[in-house]
Amino acid sequence: MSKQNGKSGLSRRGFLASAAAATTAVSALSAPAVMAEGRPRVVVVGGGAGGATAARYIAKDSKGAVDVTLVEPSRAYYSCFFSNLYIGGFREYASIGHSYGALAANHGINVVHDWAVSVDRDSRSVGLAGGGSLAYDRLVLSPGIDFRDGSVPGWDLSQQNRMPHAYKAGSQTQLLKAQIEAMPEGGTYCMVAPPNPFRCPPGPYERISMVAHVLKQSNPSAKIIIVDPKEKFSKQGLFEDGWQRHYPGMVERIGPDFGGDKVEVRPEAMEVVVDGEAMKVDVCNVIPAQQAGRIAAVAGITNEAGWAPIVPHTMQSRADENIHVLGDAAHQGDMPKSGFSANSQAKACAMAVRGALTDSSTFPPRFSNTCWSLIGTDDGVKVGASYEATDEKIAKTDGFISKTGESAELRKATYEESLGWYAAISDDMFG
Amino acid sequence: MRSTRAARRRGPWPAGLAACLASGLLALGLLAVLPATGAWSDDDARGKALFAQCKRCHQAGGGAENRIGPHLNDVFGRTAGALAGFRYSQAMREAGAGGLVWSEATLDAFLADPHTFVPHSRMSFDGMEGADDRAQLLAWLRGFSGAGADLPPAEPTATPEEYGLDPEILAIQGDPEYGAYLAGECTTCHRIDGTDEGIPSITGWPLDDFVIALHAYKGGKRVHPVMQLVAGRLSDEEIAALAAHFQRAENNP
Repeated sequence: MSKQNGKSGLSRRGFLASAAAATTAVSALSAPAVMAEGRPRVVVVGGGAGGATAARYIAKDSKGAVDVTLVEPSRAYYSCFFSNLYIGGFREYASIGHSYGALAANHGINVVHDWAVSVDRDSRSVGLAGGGSLAYDRLVLSPGIDFRDGSVPGWDLSQQNRMPHAYKAGSQTQLLKAQIEAMPEGGTYCMVAPPNPFRCPPGPYERISMVAHVLKQSNPSAKIIIVDPKEKFSKQGLFEDGWQRHYPGMVERIGPDFGGDKVEVRPEAMEVVVDGEAMKVDVCNVIPAQQAGRIAAVAGITNEAGWAPIVPHTMQSRADENIHVLGDAAHQGDMPKSGFSANSQAKACAMAVRGALTDSSTFPPRFSNTCWSLIGTDDGVKVGASYEATDEKIAKTDGFISKTGESAELRKATYEESLGWYAAISDDMFG
Repeated sequence: MRSTRAARRRGPWPAGLAACLASGLLALGLLAVLPATGAWSDDDARGKALFAQCKRCHQAGGGAENRIGPHLNDVFGRTAGALAGFRYSQAMREAGAGGLVWSEATLDAFLADPHTFVPHSRMSFDGMEGADDRAQLLAWLRGFSGAGADLPPAEPTATPEEYGLDPEILAIQGDPEYGAYLAGECTTCHRIDGTDEGIPSITGWPLDDFVIALHAYKGGKRVHPVMQLVAGRLSDEEIAALAAHFQRAENNP
């Protein structure tokens, strides 16, 4: 497969890299310098569905010919996918936790637990918070999301314990669950939902389902309010049908026509102000507007909206051919920001990187995604699509979605399928 | 009401065995009226009809071969995971090494809830709920144990004719290296080690079964939205490549 080229040109540096890199000359050019020191080096920043998969596939498929370093601050990875099921009591916390041990032991990946804080694109090195730096021939950035400052007036990270986001799984998820369980009888849980685009489009609404599932058992007179700046949301018909069936009268959504787009919060007073009107709440789950994880902006490869544009065939940054961007952080086209998408993109990226750095065969990339959501006990739904790389974007080619009125048996099978997917993608990332 | 698979999974198989021995006793009660050893007979149409749920993977009868699952001739008295020439899951081999031998009671328990009885096996079957159904199926199956060579021919697990498939498609030689790459799209959902956890195992399948299954999804003759989407854009050569890869995938994960 020929590499994409001539599309960068966003900066002089990008242009030079592009000119030098036409076809597979990148490996030919960098190879002599690299070979002097040994194997070509790939640094992967971020150990989630994109980064862990990319690191694993590059190491595995190059059969050790590429030196792979994975930079990830967390010792244990708690997946955002299925964290709602933990909130709903369907999963143990430990069951969504994963270790990086097998990546090191089975695939020889150098796992560095540190923060990547700088990228020098000229000398091709990544600076670490701990003080060291890592040289690379190719850099893979899969940093997930960060929140946009000021997107919900009154909220910032200093308030995340009073009003948790729980949108990066871990202690925040545990905190939110504890707060929901400690709600007074008949109390109010409020979610401030994010504007598009954001991580896991059905995620906030699956969370509403799981919160309702918990409250229906422990606190049935409690209320759930969604303050939502969006006109519509993913799987809307399926969720609204499910809420009506499982949790009638419990969930209220305030869309933009009723001021859902004009919200501020007062964490000290535990108040949410919608279109000028304050209401007292007991739990406030603020999911702010999002952008690519900060290292992408630090590397200077993000657009005005804060996401990193990529070349679909290889997931290379449009600003720098030596950098690939995966998952939530990438501005790629039609794929939703999901763990499944990141895993899918990571394999296309891994192949492109392996092909460029070792003289080995590559094939056209393939992209697909399926997102399962749990609405209630044994009531699973899914949406999925296949995609292809065009010059412009990753474009949707075909898709499907669960329907309302499906049999209980099918919904249960869909839920069980999601358990199988979780086990498999966990193996595919960390095995 | 059956619990969710996740909950069912918590029991290790010896505990499942205990639970299942109880249900096995039920089956034994029924078995009192059935012949103790099987000379094969076609009288039990119901047992044979129930076997339709098994026959995509298993064969029983004259010339039966290992397919997606092991053949079931002489399964009564066989140690679990021990049939020569079949690549079992680690879980099934360990169950056999731990002393599991297939009998009325153990087969009944396994069929009732395969994922509890032998967790992490590759059998893609959620279980047969009715004790009477299981007893009928096992009575029919018992006819293929200890019956010698004089058996009716085994039915094939899948044929191209069943799905209106050109038999020449089965003759395409797949490129396993290309299959290994394409498999990246499969292993997001199908576990690399072949364990079935709500999504079927696809490793170690005979080439024909694999190719026919994917074409059945591609042609809409087997219905599953994800599989139809994935198979729908695979060419004949790509399907052959995937079959070649997954046939040997267990040894080369």
